[in-house]
Amino acid sequence: MKIQVRYFASLREALGSQEAMDVEAGTTLGALRDQLIARGGEHARCLARGRAVRSALDQVMADDTAPLHDRAEVAFFPPVTGG
Amino acid sequence: MPRSPVTIQQADFDLSAEVAALRDGDAQVGAVASFIGTVRDRSEGSSVSAMELEHYPGMTERAIESMIDEARQRFHICSVRVIHRVGALMPRDQIVLVVVTSAHRHDAFQACEFLMDYLKTQAPFWKKETTPDGARWVDARQADDAALARWGLKMDNAA
Repeated sequence: MKIQVRYFASLREALGSQEAMDVEAGTTLGALRDQLIARGGEHARCLARGRAVRSALDQVMADDTAPLHDRAEVAFFPPVTGG
Repeated sequence: MPRSPVTIQQADFDLSAEVAALRDGDAQVGAVASFIGTVRDRSEGSSVSAMELEHYPGMTERAIESMIDEARQRFHICSVRVIHRVGALMPRDQIVLVVVTSAHRHDAFQACEFLMDYLKTQAPFWKKETTPDGARWVDARQADDAALARWGLKMDNAA
């Protein structure tokens, strides 16, 4: 499945604003995060388990259990601080 | 087709103009509650000389619109206006505006506070402050999660 991964705020500064990826059918949001961590380097540091990272699927807040679909838009970002 | 109640913009906003537009032609309104958030010149013990606000275009508008839908389920309100600024801001600048109109004050006050508590922890905005030690991203506060939990919503952001 082709998906788009976007990063915001401190994650965007470290990882870039977005990238296109190809993932296997059935991949969940949490499994995608683990794949990105497995790259090592900045991805492993920024997305490490235990760090406060929030995520969205198709522009709605979502957790690790969310199943991805073809052309999904996934985003990773730090806790929000607006208002 | 009425305009969207949510606007994300770089430009400043005018409270009086927004209230007037919201009340225009609606004689059922008996109460108007508003909140404006502004940039402080101090944060976490440091002086702040500037702030940069980033957001997630598209998701931001959707998230706030769904918060307004939720507010309509909980309170008797007539209309809502939310404006949130992004980009470069300076101390004392206005950041966010929430205006709620209702027949009576209680629902207007409650809905305004509910929307701000929700927005603080669930709308995708991020603040970066410039301090004498350099620029730093603002940390989310657990107190803001607690504020949303008072409404019966357990949706942790900072934790």
